[in-house]
Amino acid sequence: MDFDLSEEQRMLKESVDRLLEDRYSFEQRKGYTKAADGWSRELWQQYADLGLLGVPFPQDNGGFGGGPVETMIVMEAFGKALILEPYFATVILFGGAVRLAGSAAQKSDLLPKIGEGNLLGAFAHSERNSRYDLADVQTTAKKDGAGWVLDGEKTVVVHGDCADKLVVSARVSGGQRDKDGIALFIVDAKAPGVSRKAYPTQDSLRAADITLKGVKVSAADQLGEPGKGYGIVERVAQSAIQALSAEAVGGMQQMLDITVEYLKTRQQFGVPIGSFQALQHRAVDMLVATEQARSMAMYAAMMVDDDDETERSKAINAVKVHIGKSGRYVGQQSIQLHGGIGMTLEYKVGHYFIRSTMIEILFGDTDHHLAALARAGGLIAPGATA
Amino acid sequence: MDLRFTPAENAFRAEVRDFFETSLPADIRRKQKLGQRLAKDDVVAWQRILDKKGWACPLWPVEHGGTGWDAVHYFIFKEESYRACAPDALSHNITQTGPVICAHGTPEQKAWFLPRLRNLDIWMCQGFSEPGSGSDLASLKTRAVREGDHYIVNGQKLWTTNGHRADWMYGLVRTDTGVKKQAGISYLLIDMKSPGVQVRPVVTLDGDHHTNETFFENVKVPVKNLIGEENKGWSIAKFALGNERAGIAKVGLSKARLALVKSLAARTQVDGRPLSESERFREKLALVETDLKALEITNMMVVAGMKKRGPSQDPRTSVLKLKGSELQQATTELMLEVAGPHAMAHQHEFLEAAVEASIGPDWAGTSAPNYYFNRAVSIFGGTSEIQHNIVAKAVLGL
Repeated sequence: MDFDLSEEQRMLKESVDRLLEDRYSFEQRKGYTKAADGWSRELWQQYADLGLLGVPFPQDNGGFGGGPVETMIVMEAFGKALILEPYFATVILFGGAVRLAGSAAQKSDLLPKIGEGNLLGAFAHSERNSRYDLADVQTTAKKDGAGWVLDGEKTVVVHGDCADKLVVSARVSGGQRDKDGIALFIVDAKAPGVSRKAYPTQDSLRAADITLKGVKVSAADQLGEPGKGYGIVERVAQSAIQALSAEAVGGMQQMLDITVEYLKTRQQFGVPIGSFQALQHRAVDMLVATEQARSMAMYAAMMVDDDDETERSKAINAVKVHIGKSGRYVGQQSIQLHGGIGMTLEYKVGHYFIRSTMIEILFGDTDHHLAALARAGGLIAPGATA
Repeated sequence: MDLRFTPAENAFRAEVRDFFETSLPADIRRKQKLGQRLAKDDVVAWQRILDKKGWACPLWPVEHGGTGWDAVHYFIFKEESYRACAPDALSHNITQTGPVICAHGTPEQKAWFLPRLRNLDIWMCQGFSEPGSGSDLASLKTRAVREGDHYIVNGQKLWTTNGHRADWMYGLVRTDTGVKKQAGISYLLIDMKSPGVQVRPVVTLDGDHHTNETFFENVKVPVKNLIGEENKGWSIAKFALGNERAGIAKVGLSKARLALVKSLAARTQVDGRPLSESERFREKLALVETDLKALEITNMMVVAGMKKRGPSQDPRTSVLKLKGSELQQATTELMLEVAGPHAMAHQHEFLEAAVEASIGPDWAGTSAPNYYFNRAVSIFGGTSEIQHNIVAKAVLGL
């Protein structure tokens, strides 16, 4: 048991922290939102140059060869800086699906391109009615000679607006909510029959609703075995939650730091408001929530690749429950302790609060994961009675 | 970063588990599991079994009987201890007075007290709080005036837990009234049999006699029973508070209680089916388990840091105390909820383990008193509000 970073991990952390410190002040970030895609292509290339876009990919595929801990380091830094670039969509979701389920040919084709900054991806899975049910897929894939034809609609595809390629889920058999019968495909975002309606999301990122009409996909672009896609979707979602938990911790730490700084400098009644006990105790509770969330991000890193499917899934449920709860607490208190200034978009703290709110929704909210964890019997086995 | 225990640590866990399984007397285990009170003899018997094994006082220096374990080993030991339903060591002897004497005692004090403390030949009680000095402990007024080879002690202490069972008190007394309040306090060992000491029971919400108030009227205490220098008692007492960091959260205890709650809920019928199948109840449990997991990882991070760098002012230590007490309380609340109406019978004999069976199911008879009694967890050793003050100042710089 050792929670210290290795030399290599420390260097990774220092390099990403340094880059973001130089290039991601609140004012600089505001500038990036004005670009055509709502993020900085130039920074994307810098992430590539630092190796960040290949962090979770094998070295054979031009990656960094990192595991969940390396992802945690990078995502926490991104959470602190509140980055706008499509890292989560491209590297964690699209890249994650390819890394977890791709054939050797798909991996050696796609992963190096992502790592070099030459390929953007997105995960086109959720639909208008699916909410948080990962098995709820109505988009269909019908056999067409050796290939497939896809029809359906995908909603709120994060960074689906700028993606070059999409991982699309579609049903090859079974009913709307059956776990069996889901297939995944790698689809060119500009393929005939794909249309995208792009829009900004609450947190200044972008997303798209994507319609697929008679989209032809070759057999070579099947991802994993058709009909068995649910397991892959679940693993991608678990990796996504692991990454989001680290991002959330980065955001919570920022909200705490910004708030404490404000309590020390803002004067009312002739004294810094941080001298008031009511506010001090609230700030301490923010610290406690943040530290506990950090522990859960560690737990996520520890469990996300665990071989025991049940334990892995319960652990990730617990992580999302805790992150959702603590993120909401820290976010709400950071606004409250600021008072009026916390309410304006001109001030940075509210932007963290908004992102934190969206993180709670992504890949299942607190209630969703709490119910799942409770159904699965919780984390602790019943003990013998006296 | 490696988030797993080492093979050596896992082997140690297996050794400890095996020892607890084979060495903890069945009747003590049963009382612990049912939440019943232990007799003085039970506590002594178990401590002597531990002493024989060499595990009586793990955190003491090795030359005085400590085990030399690092923080991770101690954490594992405590986890397994709770898992086995073994009693906690008598903290007044083992985590308070013992380490204080090891660090600040004279050779004579060490030679006489340490073996007796370790073995429970003598029992200690704490004389810190007073009627007018709770959270503001340094305002204490019990006065010790030096006359030749003795101090003459006058005053009153409150919350002297085990005072009626104790042979000695480790107390804070005022030896200088003309200085800043923290600078005039001394740490004194007082023989409870001294003329002028009077102990009066204070019954707590669980209906039990754990604690007392203690009066001192011209009590003569030999100067040789002063620990450290005169007027340096405050910093000595503060040193002792930091001793138990690795185990302060009692994660293992809360885990063991939750495991018990789950199995009892499976045997409790609600609307024709086990309570353990109620969605609402399961979600409530899952929420507590999630918090407990976070605390467990935090605890592991703290002990891993202590192993590498020794005791340090890790801000997460305060999280351990705050969340640890909250979760201990939450688990006793859940026990009470499972018991439901069975919790209502007031049967003191069962709490005292003086009768075989309780009126309702055995486990239900202690659920209400233990719930009440655990409200104290966020009060003693510095209330949660005082902990907030400390963190606000020391960690956040407010």
